[in-house]
Formats: sequence, structure tokens, C-alpha cells
Amino acid sequence: MTILIQASYFLAAVLFILGLKQMSSPVTARRGIQWAGAGMVLATLVTFLSPELTDNPQALTNYGLIVLAIAIGGGYAYVTGKKVAMTDMPQMIAMYNGMGGGAAATIAAVELLKAQGEVAAGHADSLLGSASMSAHPSSIAEAMGTDVTILAIVGAVIGTIAFSGSIIAWAKLDGRLNSNKLLPQQQLINLVLAIVLVGFAIAVYYTGELMPIIAFFGIALVLGVFITVPVGGADMPVIISLFNALTGLAVGFEGYVLGNAAMIIAGTVVGSAGSLLTHLMAKAMNRSVSNVFFSGFGTSAVAGAAADESGGSMKEVQAQDVGIMMAYASQVVIIPGYGMAVAQAQHKVWELTQLLTDKGVKVKFAIHPVAGRMPGHMNVLLAEAGVPYDLIYDMEDINADFGNTTVTLVIGANDVVNPAAKKDPASPLFGMPVLNAEESENVIVIKRGRGTGFSGVENPLFLLDNTRMLFGDGQKAVNELIQAVKEL
Amino acid sequence: MIEGLAALYIFMLAGFTGYEIISKVPVILHTPLMSGSNFVHGIVLVGAMIALGIAENGTQQAIGFVAVLLAAGNAVGGYVVTERMLEMFKSSGKKDSAGGKH
Repeated sequence: MTILIQASYFLAAVLFILGLKQMSSPVTARRGIQWAGAGMVLATLVTFLSPELTDNPQALTNYGLIVLAIAIGGGYAYVTGKKVAMTDMPQMIAMYNGMGGGAAATIAAVELLKAQGEVAAGHADSLLGSASMSAHPSSIAEAMGTDVTILAIVGAVIGTIAFSGSIIAWAKLDGRLNSNKLLPQQQLINLVLAIVLVGFAIAVYYTGELMPIIAFFGIALVLGVFITVPVGGADMPVIISLFNALTGLAVGFEGYVLGNAAMIIAGTVVGSAGSLLTHLMAKAMNRSVSNVFFSGFGTSAVAGAAADESGGSMKEVQAQDVGIMMAYASQVVIIPGYGMAVAQAQHKVWELTQLLTDKGVKVKFAIHPVAGRMPGHMNVLLAEAGVPYDLIYDMEDINADFGNTTVTLVIGANDVVNPAAKKDPASPLFGMPVLNAEESENVIVIKRGRGTGFSGVENPLFLLDNTRMLFGDGQKAVNELIQAVKEL
Repeated sequence: MIEGLAALYIFMLAGFTGYEIISKVPVILHTPLMSGSNFVHGIVLVGAMIALGIAENGTQQAIGFVAVLLAAGNAVGGYVVTERMLEMFKSSGKKDSAGGKH
């Protein structure tokens, strides 16, 4: 039986790696997640046969509890996962990730409590005078072994912080929590908490008491909240990605505690893949990971320094004129931003694209790495509307092409086309790679109003001579464009 | 059980594997991939089942129950949203079936 279980875990690990590998190309991506899913089902099923479960005197109750817990947790996730809107995907990923982190932490809690129980039983025996029971350990470390205890504790910290932090990230992205400020001297408080946490971790390691374990988990929970609350909305994807990597790591560590190779491999693969992904995202946003944690970008008033100096003003344009401009263009580049998704305009944008394509206009989509709420999110939203992925271009591929473009249509995007990021060292965006929209012949910006964007930074692109503003709700504006093109 | 040094090798090799997989991924797949890797650490479900399976008293069973509940949410939710995102990715070669959906 053990051979069957081990072989299944091995196969599951192989399927996870191959699945992730296939997910790295749009052609095979869907097969990739299905392979990984098959691995998960296999691993879960054989676990029911594992001797740890079958040999327990409580086996019957525990089996019932396992099935019930899977039904409730899996059922909840299935329903929410099926109905979540594509725009809300980032916070849903944060939520599921938090659950994984919480699971890793609770596994550690069960292991530590079991060891604590052994130590306590030992104390009770020695009080009764039966000193002959010398096998009883005097501390949790002795009961579990040095390496296992250390990894259980480290995994517990990481998992707990990923859990409470992810829940906060979910609440913030879902609009349930808007506060960015928590306490004065937040960084100092976090540092003190971290030190206290290490203290309790040492206490857990060297004693067999219950109190340090409870305090240890409690403080880790609070720390996860305190770390995440001050993070600005624009930085949330980096945090979610980081927590994803941390959960992976925690799962890997708890896998060592349980002696489960599938958990070690899958967890560590995700841990390292997630760390790299976090780094890539932070780089695309011109932020370092420590920056994300220790400064509240987009939270306080980062006033656009050079707002009024450029002198120009926004020039309005009517949809009819834009329709004509685009219908007779040689190339149109569409730059969608999160505003387009909020206005649910992506289907209309695709309709417009098809109309223009029929008229012989070359239409391309330009996607900034951080368009949407996280890298690649905009691609998902466009894919939902039916836009084929070979019309969609990354920033590096399209930036040189703006010079050959007749019309660049900016819908609901702002910071990612802000030329101040290239020219103005005083701008908070300075250094962030942006799309060179201003190099095209005409720039049309569809925008709700005259205000600033997600990060609150002024955008000099809107004031340029070749820029025209089409004010209004994204969906309505694109609808007008469709009518205008149709009437030609 | 996996001995200390062997586990260290597994950690190292799995770490490099994860790095290799991600380093060649186009930006357009970053969100689905984050979601996919989120699903893969749903393997914690296996650990959670064992943790509940070895529970001997009410407290341990209660905590183990929470572990399985959370882990199942991670695994199932991660799969559902990843699959939903990936099934939408189509090339213009299959334009007809994609456009006709709405």
C-alpha cells in the first residue's frame, strides 16, 4: 500500500511540474492546468489509504470529518470560483491563497499540539512518580526532532502571515477595507511584534507549554494584518504574488514535517516560481519589494509636482471625428486599462476592432505589464471578450511601433501611458517603463472625467497637442465610436 | 520519511525547477500562472488530511478540520478560476468560435 501511495505522490509531483511548464505557453496552458488537476485528484484519493489515517483509533470519525471538510471548503470555493467576475479575479486568488496559507499553519498547529501533548503527559507521569517512563520528551523540540520542529515553526509563521495578510489583501481589493493607516509608528510596532514573535517561537521550541503556542500563532496573525494594511492599492498584486510564494514555501516546510515529498516538491516549486514572479511584477512597476512594504505609494497625497507647469490644456473631441480618424487610419493601437474593465467595455472594444479590421485597418492591442490589477490580468479580460491573443502585444514588442501608428486609443488607462515617467525626475512614476503612446500621430483618450488615475498622479499626455480627450463612460464612448464607424 | 540531507536536495532541485518554469513565461500569462501556482500549493490538502487523520482528541480534530476545510478551498478554488481564465485564451485562427460566444 505504501508503495502505491508513494508512487502516486511521485506521479502527482511530476504532473504538477509538467502542468506548470505547459501553462507557460498560451497554446498548451489549458492542458497544463488539467494535468495539474489530475495530479491533485490522484494525490488526494490515495491519501485516504495512508496508514496514518487507517491506523488511528479515531479513524472512522476522522474520515467523516475529512469528507465533510472537503465538501464544505471545496463546495464554497467551487461556487465562488465559478461565479466570480473576471475583474474580481485578483482578490479571489488572494482569498484562495490565504486559505492555503492557513491550511499550512493549521497543520503545523496540529503537529505542535500533538508534541505538546506528549510533553505534558510526560510531566504528569513524573508528578505521579512513575519516573521509569524515561521515554517522555521534556520539550517540543525533543518530541519532534530539531529539524522538524524548526521547519514546523518557520512554516507556521509564514503560513499564518500569508493567511491573515491575504485576507486583508482580499478585503482591500474587494472594497471592504479602505483604510491604509493603522497606528502611528507602524513600522516600529511591526518590528517589535516580529521580535516578540521570534521570542515566542523560541519558547515553543524549548518548552512543552500550551501558552507560547497560542501566543505565537496570535502574534503571527496580527503581524500579517499589520504588514498588509498600509500597502497601497496599486501595489496589491505584488503583495498577493509574494503571499502566494510564501504559502508555497510554508507548504514545502510542512511537507518536510509530515515527510511528504509531493508537498515538499510542489510547495518549493511554487515558492521559487512565485518569488521570481513577484520580482518580475515589482520590476515592471518600477518598485522594489521592500519599497512596496515600507512606503505607502498611492495612499498619501503624492501631488503631481509638474502638473500645471506644462501649460497646455485638455482638448475635447467628438466620437464622430474619432470614428472617421480611425476608419481611415493605417494602424490603430488600443491601450486598455483597468477603467475599461470596470466600465465593462471590453466586448464593445472587440466589436469596434472587428469593424475596423473589416475596413482594412490594422488593429493592435498594447498591454502594459501592470495593466489591470496584476500582470496579465488585462489579457484575461480581453480574452474573455473574445480578443485573440495574437493581436495583443507586450510593451517591449509594441513600443517601437507607435511611430507607425495613426491613432492610439487609450481606454481607462492612465499611469501606464504617462510620459512623465520617462522625462520628469520629480514625478513619483519616474523610471517606470511606460507605453510610448505620445509618439503616434494622434492620441485619443477615453476618460470618465478630468481627475487623476489610480495612483493620483497628473498625466501630461492629456495636454499634448496631438492628444484629444473623449470624455464619458468607457462603454458608452466605445458604443458611439462603433456607431460612427458603422455610419461611414 | 525523508531524511534531512535528501530533503535538502529536493528543496534545492524543486527551487531551481520553479525558477526555470517561470523565467520563460510571457507577461500575458502571468495572472493565470500565479493562479495556477496558487492551485499547485493546494497540495497542502494532502497534508491537512493527514493532520486531521492523526488527530487524537477534540482540539486536534477541530484544528485539523479547519486545515482540511481551508486546503480544500485552496485546491478547488485555485483550479476553478485558473481553468476559467485559460479556457478563454484563443488565437485568431479560432476566431469564429470565440466571436460567436457572446
